[in-house]
Amino acid sequence: MSSVDVQKPVSGVRSALGFMALFRIEMLLALRKRADITNPLLFFVTVLALLPLGVGPEPELLAKMAPGMIWVMALLANMLSQESLFRGDFEDGTLEQLTLLPQPLYFAILAKSLVHWIATGLPLALLSPLLALMLNLPVDGYLCLLVSLLLGTASLSLIGAIGAALTVALRRPGLLLALIVMPLYVPVLIFGTGAVQAAIDGYAYSTQLAFLAALLATAAALAPLAAAGAIRISLDN
Amino acid sequence: MSVTPKSQVVLQVTDLTCIRDGRRLFEGLRFSLHAGAAIQVKGSNGAGKTTLLRTLIGSSSEFSGDILWCGDPYPKGLPAMRDSLLYIGHRGGVRSGLTPLENLTWYGANQEAALSALESVDLTGFEDSLCHSLSAGQNRRVALARLFLPNSPRFWILDEPLTALDVAGVAALEEQMAAHLRNGGSILLTSHQPLSLPGLDALNLSDYTVFESFSDFGGEHVLS
Repeated sequence: MSSVDVQKPVSGVRSALGFMALFRIEMLLALRKRADITNPLLFFVTVLALLPLGVGPEPELLAKMAPGMIWVMALLANMLSQESLFRGDFEDGTLEQLTLLPQPLYFAILAKSLVHWIATGLPLALLSPLLALMLNLPVDGYLCLLVSLLLGTASLSLIGAIGAALTVALRRPGLLLALIVMPLYVPVLIFGTGAVQAAIDGYAYSTQLAFLAALLATAAALAPLAAAGAIRISLDN
Repeated sequence: MSVTPKSQVVLQVTDLTCIRDGRRLFEGLRFSLHAGAAIQVKGSNGAGKTTLLRTLIGSSSEFSGDILWCGDPYPKGLPAMRDSLLYIGHRGGVRSGLTPLENLTWYGANQEAALSALESVDLTGFEDSLCHSLSAGQNRRVALARLFLPNSPRFWILDEPLTALDVAGVAALEEQMAAHLRNGGSILLTSHQPLSLPGLDALNLSDYTVFESFSDFGGEHVLS
């Protein structure tokens, strides 16, 4: 074998290439496992469709509950799909291979979180106006609901990755994952529902959306770092 | 022993003690791995073979002792080492949702190289089947196909590469490993099966086992 001296790109370029390669692979896997995309969505739609049956079909009551219920269900749908984020990779050894790559684990987790959002958060946000209609949400709230869910679910995907990374080596993480992740979801929930409520009441809601965007920026910068550390700890035994 | 131009020490381990779940697996381990040489780590089940390999690549941090990768101490030597490392663990790192071809391209191979590597491990015709529909042995072959890619990294660390392989598969693997050694590469592997490889040294972890017994009730360590 001739030892061809492969020109090694500088680390920044290599990280970007690694990110793109992983993003492509993860998208391919997500498209092949369509159940992972459709199950959280079905959960989201079913529970919200059941809500009027449970609390009664009074339009005023439903309209009052709509922002909170839609957001809480988005939270749950997101969390339920987090458990499998690293599980498959952990079981087949890919996660260990990822930790051995010269690129930082940060980009790998960012790519996985992005795909997780595209597979769960994005369709959920796009579907939300329909559910808002079902729950009689005032029309003024639609746009705000959509934008806040787009920003918020992206933060949720990133934050959830920390919980998924911490519990990846456990056999049945279920409740523990919820206990770790739920408190971290609270700021997103508060600003998300706050924005929609303000929009319905006719107030300006740009502040709340700006907070959601700030949360997303912080989560994108820090959550993959935390998740990377958590993965190394999880693998270290 | 294969002849290498200069016997460069790739990995030097001195006085290594590995701990897992509070139990010392072995202590005082010392060996060095040269360019162009191979070491087969032996030992009974639970002797710490996998732990040793994972400690060396920096995935497991409960150890004491010195690990030098090309002269650089742990953990400073890790990034440079990982740049030239090919590790195939107990779990092969084969994604079941991808095809063998996609798995190899994900590890950085181009289409042609991946196809010829798959041919070398006798997986022609399975390039485009999903890995979860393949057998355990075939999945092992997909993982091992990485060893047949061109521009392979210099250090191979292989955890039980021969499990689930058939006789022809073992022979092809031995041949590829011998070629790697001739090119100046180094191999550290664990296996219970005998391997025919020129210049293969054996390292038996049982020689370094710590004999610990527990008193029945107190739970105190008694060293014998």
